[in-house]
Amino acid sequence: MSLLIKAEHISHQFAQTEVLNNVSLEIHSGEIVTLIGPNGAGKSTLLKILLNLLQPTAGKVTRRSDLNIGFMPQKIQIDPTFPMTVGNFLNLGRPKRNNDTNGWKRFFNFSAHDTTEIQEVIDELNIRHLLNQPIQKVSGGQMQRILLARALIREPNLLVLDEPVQGVDLQGQTELYHYINELRKRRNLGILMVSHDLHIVMRNTDQVLCLNQHLCCSGTPQTVSQTPEFIAIFGQAGNELALYEHHHDHDQCDMAHGHHHAHSTSDKE
Amino acid sequence: MDWFPDFLLFALFGGLGIAIISAPLGVFMVWQRQSYFGATLAHSALLGVSMGLFLEMDLSFSVILFALIIAFGIHQLSQKTQLSSDTLLGILAHSSLALGLALLSLQNTVQIDIMGYLFGDILSVTSTDLMLISMVGLITLVFYLFHWRDLLNITLNPELAQVEGVHVKAIQLQYVLLLALMIALSMKIVGVLLVTSLLIIPAAAARRFAQTPEAMLLYSMILGIVSVVLGLGTSMTWDIPTGPAIVLVATALFLLMLIKKAPN
Repeated sequence: MSLLIKAEHISHQFAQTEVLNNVSLEIHSGEIVTLIGPNGAGKSTLLKILLNLLQPTAGKVTRRSDLNIGFMPQKIQIDPTFPMTVGNFLNLGRPKRNNDTNGWKRFFNFSAHDTTEIQEVIDELNIRHLLNQPIQKVSGGQMQRILLARALIREPNLLVLDEPVQGVDLQGQTELYHYINELRKRRNLGILMVSHDLHIVMRNTDQVLCLNQHLCCSGTPQTVSQTPEFIAIFGQAGNELALYEHHHDHDQCDMAHGHHHAHSTSDKE
Repeated sequence: MDWFPDFLLFALFGGLGIAIISAPLGVFMVWQRQSYFGATLAHSALLGVSMGLFLEMDLSFSVILFALIIAFGIHQLSQKTQLSSDTLLGILAHSSLALGLALLSLQNTVQIDIMGYLFGDILSVTSTDLMLISMVGLITLVFYLFHWRDLLNITLNPELAQVEGVHVKAIQLQYVLLLALMIALSMKIVGVLLVTSLLIIPAAAARRFAQTPEAMLLYSMILGIVSVVLGLGTSMTWDIPTGPAIVLVATALFLLMLIKKAPN
């Protein structure tokens, strides 16, 4: 587990409004980190800072020298006047290599996506039948798979996914998360995922960071879901989450017991 | 070619040059929904004429210089301000046009043909203009050879492009400066009020036939060339001003293309 990216004491302000306050985090290879938080918690700002799209007001981000980020944006609006097939879109995501093709073809993007790696991703994500379609015509779920494929084409060592299952049906969500988890194991990828939907993602996550301007809690899904801060922000979601836990740890039992005890005392009076 | 006078040859070459340069700039203007930006740039280009007269500079030079300065200014401004860029551009377009016209009218020492700048005076194209157009054409070619993919990726999603290693801001600025150059040079051909149409109409007309960005660029270039040639012919035959004639031909071609069913 080598360190890919490390953020230390990040704070950020827009105009006079504080958006992030003293946030620190680390992502290692082979690790899935999920960033959760309500709307306006500063999730996208933190993401932009990590992606080097934005300089934080204070704090420092250190990146491993060979860090190669595959980024999957939340959504992507493509003007209907832009003639772009899915295949062409994926092709444009290939990293520039000077020895890629010879001569003038190197300048435009005529070269076909032919490396086996890319073909593999296309098949695994089941988007081969879409390659010749205009990208404006694909459905939300298909678009998410295409965006993930594009992020993977760069053969990244860190995958940054902004709300990856947005617009994907429940069945598709499970499949997508399963695939991402497979990737992590197979390619030893570090994965940072942003989500405000906690229900499925958390099972495979190594670390959950709960953001609300500052990091209010962090840890494994099991521990985070039990912290008072988490429950204060996500309320009922915390309870639903417990459905995915087959085994309860001692902390939770203690808390439940304590609560019950207090309740029964008040009953007696 | 005795029957074909020099000034017409200059007009033809100038028009063809501008048609070819405007195709790569125009397609991105359409894809990125920047047509209003182009219009603003064009409107403010008249300031270059006024300032050139005011400072007693060479007019071609001052138009290019001020177009570049204004393009840079608008580009910076649109990245910083909170005002919706639509509103901002609307204010800038017309205030700068008004300022340009006001300053022009104050130059009482020279008689200047304002109509020529507003709607073009293609017959006044000189060999210097042709040289400038060739130079800008060359710069455009080099820029696009190196940054075609980058520009496509910026059009798809600037943030994704930047994460993938494209120098988004630098390339966008270069594009805008190139646009300013093209607008400055096409003032004589179609005039400041009609420049944007030369950028947008051929590109829009090419859309339905193109399945790839490269094809759209090619078709748009062909349509631009056809518009200029037929426009010049129309202008000569029926004695209409050349700028409007070129734009009308382009519009006619656009309407003709609408007949083709939209691709699915």
